[in-house]
Amino acid sequence: MIQFNNVTKKYGKKEAVKNITLTLPRGRIIGLVGENGSGKSTLLKIMSGVSLPQYGKITLDGVNVSKKTANHVAYLPDADEIYPYFTVKQLFQYYDSQFPDFNFDKACIVAQFLDIDLNASLKKLSKGNRGRAKIAATLGREVDYYLLDEPLSGLDPMVRQSIIKGFIQFVDTESQTIILSTHELKDVEPILDNIVVLRDGNIIANEPVEAIRELQRIDITTWMTRLFREGEINGNKANS
Amino acid sequence: MDFLPDKPIYQQIMEKIFGDLLKGSVKPGDRLPSVREYALEFGVNANTMQRVYKELELMHLTETKRGQGTFVTDDMQRLEELREEMMQSLVTNFIHQMESFGFTEQEVIVQISKRNRGELD
Repeated sequence: MIQFNNVTKKYGKKEAVKNITLTLPRGRIIGLVGENGSGKSTLLKIMSGVSLPQYGKITLDGVNVSKKTANHVAYLPDADEIYPYFTVKQLFQYYDSQFPDFNFDKACIVAQFLDIDLNASLKKLSKGNRGRAKIAATLGREVDYYLLDEPLSGLDPMVRQSIIKGFIQFVDTESQTIILSTHELKDVEPILDNIVVLRDGNIIANEPVEAIRELQRIDITTWMTRLFREGEINGNKANS
Repeated sequence: MDFLPDKPIYQQIMEKIFGDLLKGSVKPGDRLPSVREYALEFGVNANTMQRVYKELELMHLTETKRGQGTFVTDDMQRLEELREEMMQSLVTNFIHQMESFGFTEQEVIVQISKRNRGELD
């Protein structure tokens, strides 16, 4: 379980996340959604221990997030430029040297599942295949938490589907948790347990996906659209 | 599988499995795939599939044998009951839909009889 208590993170004067209190349970697949700049990446960085908040407290299974807890977390940043001169296999070997929890065989199995050639150099791979290789390296780590920043962004529908199948196949939701940020709601909806919606650094909703369908009889894309429309109406009222 | 927006995903999967049973592509006594295999086939979270299995078991449509997996019940009486319930619920939905277009139940019955006598194609 990851718990945020009144967490604020500022970059210069800008508050990227504002006084957030949030509990993310274990053994779930949780989607972080919201417009660009709403605070999704910042939230993932704070959870992973890459970035420390100025105010508030964040714990991972009861322990304060730090360099130590970072060992129990596989964080995939939202950046395309990783070790261009490596082959996929060398990338896995590098991960193996850096992370004691890395399972080289598992990474190779995931790569095979995602149809990635281990001997291909990352530089020469298409963006989609590079995305898949990074996913394979990340899932190769045997950790309790996978924190994935935009793992599907910029990939074509086929690649997105194969990565999603990879999550179903290789992440054990009995004990492992995925928290991912995404704009590809339609793709991820069938695998999400919970959805957390951010707006301007605030959490505006945190709901089980099936409950939205069950109680409101709409899918999450429609639900999100309504949520934002209502937000705008209320926001305008507050401003006037 | 594509899911309808207005219903929980676990319910749609339950209906699909039940439909397969009614159509005969899954048979009484058959062993169902593991939660993970089915989750992959439907492209859903394993937690959702776990819930499907739990609900099917609560309906006495399946039973789990320790260490062996989940099996479709071979209790034919129970299957017949569930089939009857399914038909009732489908017919009720159908009538409600027709009524929402202003047709009466009686008109619907007349129409169905005509079809049955081959007066319509």
